[in-house]
This record gives sequence, C-alpha cells and structure tokens, in this order.
Amino acid sequence: MSLKKHILDLRKRKEQVQMGGGEKAIEKQVASGKMTARDRVLALVDKNSFTEYDLFVEHEARDFGMDKMQLHGDGVIIGTGTIYGAPICIFAQDFTVAGGSLGLMHARKITKIMDHALKMRVPLIGINDSGGARIQEGVNSLAGYGEIFYRNTLASGVIPQISVILGPCAGGAVYSPALTDFVFVVDQISKMFITGPGVIKSVLGEEISMEALGGARVHAEITGNAHFFAMSEAECIEQIKKLITFIPWNNNKKAKVFPPKMPKFTGNIEDLIPADPKQPYDVRDVIRAIVDDSDFFEIQELWAANIIIGFGRLNGETVGFVANQPLVLAGVLDCDSSDKAARFIRYCDAFNIPIVTLEDMPGYLPGVDQEHAGVIRHGAKVLYAYSEATVPKITVILRKAYGGGYIAMNSRHLGADFMFAWPMAEIAVMGPEGAANIIFKKEIEEAEDPDKMRQLKVLEYKEKFANPFVAAAKGYIDSVIEPSETRELLLHAIEVSAHKDDHRPAKKHGIPPF
Amino acid sequence: MKTKTFEGLVDFAILSMKYKTRLTKKFENRKHYVDPNSNHILSVIPGTVVEIFVKVGDTIKAGESIMVLEAMKMMNQILMPHDGKIKAIHVVEGNKIPKNHLMIEVE
Repeated sequence: MSLKKHILDLRKRKEQVQMGGGEKAIEKQVASGKMTARDRVLALVDKNSFTEYDLFVEHEARDFGMDKMQLHGDGVIIGTGTIYGAPICIFAQDFTVAGGSLGLMHARKITKIMDHALKMRVPLIGINDSGGARIQEGVNSLAGYGEIFYRNTLASGVIPQISVILGPCAGGAVYSPALTDFVFVVDQISKMFITGPGVIKSVLGEEISMEALGGARVHAEITGNAHFFAMSEAECIEQIKKLITFIPWNNNKKAKVFPPKMPKFTGNIEDLIPADPKQPYDVRDVIRAIVDDSDFFEIQELWAANIIIGFGRLNGETVGFVANQPLVLAGVLDCDSSDKAARFIRYCDAFNIPIVTLEDMPGYLPGVDQEHAGVIRHGAKVLYAYSEATVPKITVILRKAYGGGYIAMNSRHLGADFMFAWPMAEIAVMGPEGAANIIFKKEIEEAEDPDKMRQLKVLEYKEKFANPFVAAAKGYIDSVIEPSETRELLLHAIEVSAHKDDHRPAKKHGIPPF
Repeated sequence: MKTKTFEGLVDFAILSMKYKTRLTKKFENRKHYVDPNSNHILSVIPGTVVEIFVKVGDTIKAGESIMVLEAMKMMNQILMPHDGKIKAIHVVEGNKIPKNHLMIEVE
C-alpha cells in the first residue's frame, strides 16, 4: 500500500467506527429525543478541541455468541478537549452500541480516561447513557463498575468530577455519579434507580413508571441526588459549561479570575428584607445584590430549598454562598438542608473556594420525623464541615441567629475568619418570645395582666439581648455593619485573606457523621 | 421601596415564634408519628407471604414462628412477639405486601 492508501484506509476505518451502532440505532436514539454520544461530546467542548482515544478498542467476550458481535468502540467514547479553554477529560456512553452496556473493555476505556484525568489534574466529565451491565460478560462487568467507583473515590477532592445522566443509569451504574461532585439531569431523559420498576412490580406488585421512580425531577426535588436540572440536553450542556467557569482545574489551583463587574442591582439592599423577623424574603435577591453582575449560579435549587447554595463572583473571584432561605420552612436547618450545605462546604474547601455564609434562621426544625430521621447526625455534618474547612470563611448575620443555628452557620466558634452582622440582627439562644416566657415566667404568671406583662418582658429581652451588640461586646462579632456596606466588606475580606494559611492536625482522615 | 410580597405563605411555628413561610412537598407529606402497637405484627420488609402456620384463636408462645415472609430471596420467619392469642389474620398465602403492612393482630 502506498502512504496515501494507508491514510485513506485509516479514514475509512474511523468513519465506520464513528457511526457507533449504525444508522438505524442512531435514528432510534434521535427519535427518542436524545442526542448521540458523539454529538453530546462535540456540543460540550470547544470547537475542534476534541481528541478521541481508543476508537478501535474491541471487546474480547466469547460466550453467548458475543464472539460474532462487533461493538464499535465497545459502546463508549473517551477523549480530551477544552471548555472555554479549560482542559477536561471526558467519556460518553453510546446507547446505540449494545444499549451502552458496560463490558470489560468499555470499563477499561473509562478507567483509562479517569487515570489520565487524575494524572493530568484536570476535571473529568462522564456522560451516562447505558442499559447497565453487559450480562453476557458476567463478573467482568461487575469488575468494571468496581474499578470505576474506586477511581471516583481516589479522584474525589483532587479533580472536579461531573456526571451527566442522559439516559438510563440503573443498578450499580448509579454509584459512579453518586460518588462524583455534581450530577446533571434532564427532564424526561434521565433515569436513575437501584432497582427498576420491573423488580418493584415483581416483589411488591406495585406499578410505577421509570419517570415517577427515578426521573430527573425526582432526583432534583425529592432525593437530592441531582445538582442541576434542565429541560433539554442543550440547556444541560450550557449549565455544565457555566459550572466549569466557576471551579478550578484541580485542588492545587484556584478558580479562574474574571474581570470584576458591579452588581446589576441598584436599590437599597436593606429594602430586600422585612424588619419583622417573622416575615419572609427571598435570600437569593440578597445574594444577587452582592455578587458581580448579579450572577448567582444556584446548585440543588429544587431540593431542600430552605437552604440556598451556589457560586457567585466577588471582584471576579469565585465564592461559594451558603444562605438560609426564610421563604421556605422559615429557613430552618433540617436533615436535608444540613446534608446539602455540608457537602457544598466540603466541596468549596477541597477546591480552594472561599465561603460566604448569609445567616437568617430560627434554629433546627423540631418534630418526631426529624428526630427519628437522625437530625442529630445530619445536623452535625454542618458543624463538621465548617469546622474542618480552612478556606476563607466569612459570615454575615442578616437577621436571626438563634440557638444551635447560630453556632452551626459558620460562627466565630467554628473558626469563621470574619463575622459581620447587620444592625437588626438578633443573636440569642432562642427567639425573644420563648426566652421571655422562660426567664420571666414568675413575673408573667404573677402579674395582674399576664399578657401585657409578657409583651413588656419580650420587648425588654429584645432590647437588652436580641441584638448584635451583646455578641459584638464579646468579640464574637467583628463588626456590626450597615447593609449597604456588605459587598465592599466582603470584597475586602476576600482580598485580605488571599494568603490564608490554616492547618488542621495531621491525620489519615476525619470521621465525619456521614 | 416596598418589600416584595410572596404567594403561598403559611404560618409556621418554631418554638414560640410563628413565621410566614412556604412549605416543601416533603414537609407537607411527612408521616405523622403513631405509637407502635405491640399487638400489631407489621411487615418490616416488602415481600410475599409464603406460609401461615397459625389460625385465629390459636394460643402461641413468644418466639414461636407464626408465618414466613419471603423477601430479598430469603425466607424470613415471623416470630410471635409475646405470649398470646391470634386475634386476626389480614393476609393470605401468596399475598405481596409492602413494608409496614398489618399482617397479624394478637392479644
């Protein structure tokens, strides 16, 4: 063969393999409203930046007639590329090839790109669209999953790991996404469960659709397994690209700094908050009034909405926000919101992202269901995560900081670097009503008009104790600030803590209350 | 400037304070606590009733096997919780039942 012929032969081979499961299977994939694996990868990475590896890998299965089956690329695409210039490693399961089922070589390709990502210290993105284990390959499939989980765990906290669920992801397969940092789902397309509707029907006789059991909305709203919910694959891809702009390439780097922008919000920030601590507001409005370009990128928007988490920029630098949401369940901490906040705090700490906490909460949620669901253990995660974190930690108490909530929400006592409070902040063991009822029990009971006396005593307690100045007098609060100063002070705090160097006792690892 | 108003607010009491706020679906659908009745034998796992060894009126000693519930490929023996009499049986052999289903009442 002449050189030219070799090149033509290579092109022909590539073309053939790049067709995945063939025209018919591709038609079927598109008809079900899904993009092909290759189109997904190309839509996600910068133009002309994708380089594929292991295109010519073939499976070695011999049983059940597998020796006669050719599976192009063994049902998965792997490669490297860039997103807005940031290098990434990526794999995408190809549902058109044997339903994207995971066999030994399929798994080998995935673990190869995972090893590469970890060695090169770049983010890993996995697109899941697979019917599950390739049953014909038996225990080799299980081995493949296990080797993926092991690498997910090794890479955890070293490189960002992103899972995108764009099809079924069932049984053991769900544990790889669960071990990664961020899970993206798309309405009607993503399906995740350990045991599917078939098994549930045969065991229980209960009929449930895949969508109702483990659809995108279920994981975004009820289970908290998903972090980002989109209505279409195109929207999902935009979300992933945006996330990449907020996070660093690995745990030795800081996120890219963007040109600073003023918030679009121009009003008075204090007008966003009702003076009456019993009236709600949307704390996201406060975050948007503070961050660059009023651009707040919320995570887990639909789940445990009583706490808000997400990224924004201050002076161009990525900051993680944790904020109680008085609009939902009065902003209490409960099992789910504690879990949500704690994991995010650990993410920020692992990837050198300063944490800003906006506090306005009445405490932990009372109730038998909460106590029996282990709110002690879940609530402790917040204390653990804040105490453990060594990134710059800044708290602004907007209004209420009662009881355990005051301690939990990045208080000075858990190692906050900067504690600011707005002048209307109420820092106390409990709300003024409750406190007055206990402290002045005798006076209230013995008064001629107990109700009037109660009101008086509540007011007295409020004036004397439910304010930021008692805590400021002890140095627990560094500054009582005017709301309009908030952004400037946060910028300053981030600036002066750029070289923060804080260490925890050397250990193999802690034992957080998982 | 007036502060924003929000829809769907309800009164929500935390200790002595009542807050105006929205609820979550999960909170609204939470199960209310019921004291467990030691005379009610509930399924601890979803499964299939394979065999029932007792009938209404039988006097059974604590620890004796009264039925078999197959679940997760395991034949689970259901034991009598205390000495007593079988008052009612709410399942028949072959029934597929969910978790916390009332199977047998004793007295």
